[in-house]
Amino acid sequence: MARDLMDIRAETDELTTDKMWVIMGPQHPFSHGLWTLKVELDGELVTDAEPIVGYLHRGWEKECENRSYAKIVPMADRLCYAASMTYSHLYCMTVEKALGLEVPEKAQYIRVVADEICRISSHLMWLAAVGTDLGNLTVFLWCMREREYWMDLFVRLCGARMTTNYPRIGGVRNDITELFDRDVDRCVQHFEKALWDIIALIDDSSIFLSRMKGTGILTREQCVNLGITGPAMRGNGVDFDIRRDDPYEVYDKIDFEVPVLNDGDSYSRYMVRVEELFQSCKIITRAMQKIRAIGKNAPYRYKAPTNVPAGTAMCRLEDPRGESLMYLVADGSGKPYRLKVRSPIFTNVSASKPLVVGSRIADVPVIMAMIDMCLGETDR
Amino acid sequence: MDTNAVYQKPTDEEIKTLLNEKFEGKVNVTKIETRRVYATVPRELIHQVCEYIHDNLTFEHISTVIGVDMIDNLRVVYHIDNYFNGCVIELTVDIPNDDPHVASISDIWVGGNWHERETYELFGIIFDGHPHLARLLTPDTYEFYPFRKSYKLRGQE
Amino acid sequence: MDMSLYPHAVAMSADEFMTWSSAMINDLLSAGTKKTVDKLTGPVWSWAMKNSMHPLHWGLACCALEMAAASAPRFDAERYGMIYRSSPRQTDILLVNGWISKKIRPEIRRLYEQIPNPKWVVAMGECAISGGPWYDSYNTVQGLDQIVPVDVYIPGCPARPDAMIDGFMLLQKKIDDYFRRGVFLED
Repeated sequence: MARDLMDIRAETDELTTDKMWVIMGPQHPFSHGLWTLKVELDGELVTDAEPIVGYLHRGWEKECENRSYAKIVPMADRLCYAASMTYSHLYCMTVEKALGLEVPEKAQYIRVVADEICRISSHLMWLAAVGTDLGNLTVFLWCMREREYWMDLFVRLCGARMTTNYPRIGGVRNDITELFDRDVDRCVQHFEKALWDIIALIDDSSIFLSRMKGTGILTREQCVNLGITGPAMRGNGVDFDIRRDDPYEVYDKIDFEVPVLNDGDSYSRYMVRVEELFQSCKIITRAMQKIRAIGKNAPYRYKAPTNVPAGTAMCRLEDPRGESLMYLVADGSGKPYRLKVRSPIFTNVSASKPLVVGSRIADVPVIMAMIDMCLGETDR
Repeated sequence: MDTNAVYQKPTDEEIKTLLNEKFEGKVNVTKIETRRVYATVPRELIHQVCEYIHDNLTFEHISTVIGVDMIDNLRVVYHIDNYFNGCVIELTVDIPNDDPHVASISDIWVGGNWHERETYELFGIIFDGHPHLARLLTPDTYEFYPFRKSYKLRGQE
Repeated sequence: MDMSLYPHAVAMSADEFMTWSSAMINDLLSAGTKKTVDKLTGPVWSWAMKNSMHPLHWGLACCALEMAAASAPRFDAERYGMIYRSSPRQTDILLVNGWISKKIRPEIRRLYEQIPNPKWVVAMGECAISGGPWYDSYNTVQGLDQIVPVDVYIPGCPARPDAMIDGFMLLQKKIDDYFRRGVFLED
């Protein structure tokens, strides 16, 4: 269990030691992305930390001002490449709000299904990375194996595995294909059984549990003030999920639960994400039933105009990593005037210092793994 | 309504009334939608408005601090969330081009720290009172503000 | 006998060994010892080096997830001998799989110089080949070959794991050609 910094200081005060800055630099085994975490060490204890980001900055928002609205959808995919469907979905929702365009109901359900498959795929990538950080490489292999089935579903839906370029302004690119319809329920049923095997590898071992329990503890006030959102926040006792409390698309018509745990350590953040995997399966099953009830001939896309009238629009969405938001300033032409992306990981990484200070250096990869970084969206 | 009381789940209408009463009409609430309140705030009041929203209306989380270059002036847009009723307040502050200073709100919400740094390095808007206003995403050697409209990308002339 | 047809050529049948070694001994009498040892060991070294490609464990952007999927059970790059190493001193391939920003440019050069010779560089994905979708950015480098010499380019956005493995098989041919000369003796 993590002990208080002051207790350890009191015991070791008579020793003379020196502090050292270790740069867990842009190339390091626990990567989760291209960033640097400088930690100041007093023996094994971390006393200070400084995250350095910006190694993937490409000026995404400025480049958007140089492209027409339709061309930005595949660019939005490459913001967070693990959760690409949610970002292009968010972008389409923002432009539709600025246009005042209503999306057909079938397209809303399809977008919800695609979002949830993306959430499962992203959480599996996270779990695979957690496996390598904890030292459990079997979890990495089993999660990647399961993830391949979900990426197969994406291939059946729209042809691409990862950066799918599937939502469009006004709906989605194509209707549900027959192969997707046939395979999605099989995939969900298989996954709900396979996930128990994967979790058992971590939960049944006291070594991995002791690496996660009691590390990276924050209080609820700290967590909220630092701006941490998403499953990391729900592991801290904050009961808020945009899908339930500020619903968008058709989430208010689908019944699902939001897992919240109160401990605030790495283990509760881990359990919240695992439970979200199960809940996503339920959402997919229920939404697919509704899509089949709507029928095959319903519209899935309305044509959208190329120019967006002058004004501003803001939309937010529950990304697998937290609250992502887009703010569009339009000026009546075919290109955006200003398009701003709020990335949840940008604020979560800025909270590295309170998360990591006071723990041991060996706990740092596990704590940062629970934040689930994707640096493409941080640096934009 | 009582402007000194603490409201945990204020409705959109209540927020509009409270902001009008507390700041004597200087805060202009332009639009209200379900769970969204849009307001423009003069530059000198932004810190007090944010303190009021944080302390009395329990808006605990700052979502973004956005910079926009409107050519005639610069603009800063804040989005602040309430975790109890899912409401978002959007505050817009216009600042002149020749004096791009605005008070920093990172003492109220620590989460706004990096957002303000990013707005500084991309637009040149200086947040007074920020603990460490330095370049974050771009290399330290850059001396220009890339997101201003005066900086053109290749193919944008 | 063409050794490239038999990548695991150490296990030769008796007849093949007789044919091969008699051809070698004929050459031994006409050329110098160094050249002969080169000729004898060249195929063995090239077989060993091309089947143990050790890239650096480094992911930049989207193509990195496909790199991770390539070592996953479905595509399994490890059967080709690809094991990722964390320290650049222990690798021989620098695999760059994302866009290159100006901040990471000196670090890429540093990593390249930290990898000991003989080394190879693979540019994976459109961004590393030529800047990709970010062609007009103020902060990206338009292609990896502006920083380090590149051996294999793997196109795709993102490059599928199969494409990545195909690219590595091209690199295997290149490594094969390089070591077949028995070049290790000349270091």
